[in-house]
Amino acid sequence: MNSVALVGHQVRYEQKTYWRNPQSAFFTFAFPIMFLVIFASLNKGQRIKDLGNISFNQYYIPAIIAFGVMSACYSSLAIGLTNRRESGVLKRLRGTPLPAWTYFSGLLASSVVVCVLLTAITVTVGVLFYNVSAPHHLLPLFVALVLGAVTFSALGVAVSALTPNADAAPAIVQFPFFALAFISGTFFPTPKGSFIAHLAAYFPLVHFTNAVFAPFNPLQRGTGFVAHDLEVLALWAVGSTFVAVRWFRWEPRR
Amino acid sequence: MRDLRKSYGDVVAVRGVDFTVSAGEVFALLGPNGAGKTTTLEILEGFRERTSGEVAVLGVDPARGGRALRERLGIVLQDTAVDPFLTVREVLTRNAGYYPRPRPVLEVIDLVGLGEKAEQRVQKLSGGQQRRLDVALGIVGNPELVFLDEPTTGFDPSARRSAWELVRGLIDGGTTIVLTTHYMDEAQALADRVAVIAGGQIVAAGTPETIGGRDTAAVRIRFRLPPGRSAQDIPLLAEAGPDGEVRLHTEDEVRDLHTLTGWALEAGIELDGLTVDRPSLEDVYLELVAGPDDEPAAVTR
Ligand SMILES: Nc1ncnc2c1ncn2[C@@H]1O[C@H](COP(=O)(O)OP(=O)(O)OP(=O)(O)O)[C@@H](O)[C@H]1O
Ligand SMILES: [Mg+2]
Repeated sequence: MNSVALVGHQVRYEQKTYWRNPQSAFFTFAFPIMFLVIFASLNKGQRIKDLGNISFNQYYIPAIIAFGVMSACYSSLAIGLTNRRESGVLKRLRGTPLPAWTYFSGLLASSVVVCVLLTAITVTVGVLFYNVSAPHHLLPLFVALVLGAVTFSALGVAVSALTPNADAAPAIVQFPFFALAFISGTFFPTPKGSFIAHLAAYFPLVHFTNAVFAPFNPLQRGTGFVAHDLEVLALWAVGSTFVAVRWFRWEPRR
Repeated sequence: MRDLRKSYGDVVAVRGVDFTVSAGEVFALLGPNGAGKTTTLEILEGFRERTSGEVAVLGVDPARGGRALRERLGIVLQDTAVDPFLTVREVLTRNAGYYPRPRPVLEVIDLVGLGEKAEQRVQKLSGGQQRRLDVALGIVGNPELVFLDEPTTGFDPSARRSAWELVRGLIDGGTTIVLTTHYMDEAQALADRVAVIAGGQIVAAGTPETIGGRDTAAVRIRFRLPPGRSAQDIPLLAEAGPDGEVRLHTEDEVRDLHTLTGWALEAGIELDGLTVDRPSLEDVYLELVAGPDDEPAAVTR
């Protein structure tokens, strides 16, 4: 098998594993959709003053896409890889000729598949049921999604490298994630200039949310690219990759 | 491999192990828990770095072997680990894709006796069945050299026999095998050569028939005497064990047996449970690993 075919081969089995594992299928896929339906219904008809009085869901749909991508990449990789390492599956894999980069490419590509699905479902639900207008620019949305998937996958691998054992993984992974979602304006935009907004700006989620929101924002003119947010995301991608490469382990610590 | 040494911090797990395995040979490492078998094997497999010594696996240093070497190796680790959410056939098909010349997946499934479980998810297999799948994963790549770390631990007796058949099939195909086991019958049945390792050192090596001087060791004669008779009554040097069994060791078994049975016939005594044998592989093994302090585990520097 050539390299590209081998990555495709991996994606196939990663996908099977993803959908059959209740932990990933439920917590990283069903969860964002549940949040989507609950909050979009609760806030139907509301408007957001800070954002030029656009409808709440015109903001919330892109925000939940960002949340879903983080969930499907960061959470599922951080928890999944920790489990695989601790159960010895990664060590077993290390004894086969499968190159490490092929394995990680397969994981990343598989996460991208999930992200694309989540995004498609979220946008469709938004347009059909919550009066959301479709994105006016597709390229910037696509670029933001790919960069987000790469960043949060790298972050997921990095966090799995730093997680000591499988029992601790869900808490170590999910608690900071939900806290971050709240301060990053996933459920409501954080007031500009507030302490919380300053704090959130150090982390990638708010920037990713901005980057996904821009192509949906009816008041945003221009290309739909938000350079500053993409830069911060890229910085996080580089930092996470460094940590992942430096500290990733194939075997449980003993 | 020559003068292999491995320390974990202060613990010296392997202290100067040498052996060579020729192509097509089956080599078994025996030794008590903590003797250093897994450590030795995992250094050969490229999982652990050695502290010192020279190692070549298929002519390559396993610490730098990479993909090309792993395409020629089959590795079955001591601990079973397979992705729980895939089926038997899926896991094997996936791994077969990693190798340039894999074996047909269905054939491998049949070889390890999982034919009926091919479409079953791994998480629903029993422990022994998962272990068989693990062995299947070790051979699906059609390797030249297979490492088996306690491959049949947890197998029922008939599964063990089929595993032996499987290994014999590999041998017939020219595969070289390095295995560890705690079962002497397994070593006896499969291995061309065995080495006993204790406290991180090889204490004996040879064929299963000759190791530890088995072939030249004194013959044992064992039997029971009726009540009222003691070992002193016999015209030979014999001792009675705590269980009442009388034992004698001899280099001249034909003559001594003649003396013994002649004496018994004359005195009208029955020799219950009369057995004549040489020490089994297990006897030799137990003798070899019973160190002076009976503590064969790794030694602290
Ligand atoms: N990762 C490790 N860190 C520290 N010590 C270790 C490690 N792995 C093994 N040891 C020690 O090295 C010694 C040899 O262990 P090893 O696993 O090689 O034994 P073994 O012969 O395979 O035993 P068993 O029959 O129980 O599988 C033991 O004393 C063990 O405690
Ligand atoms: Mg072992």
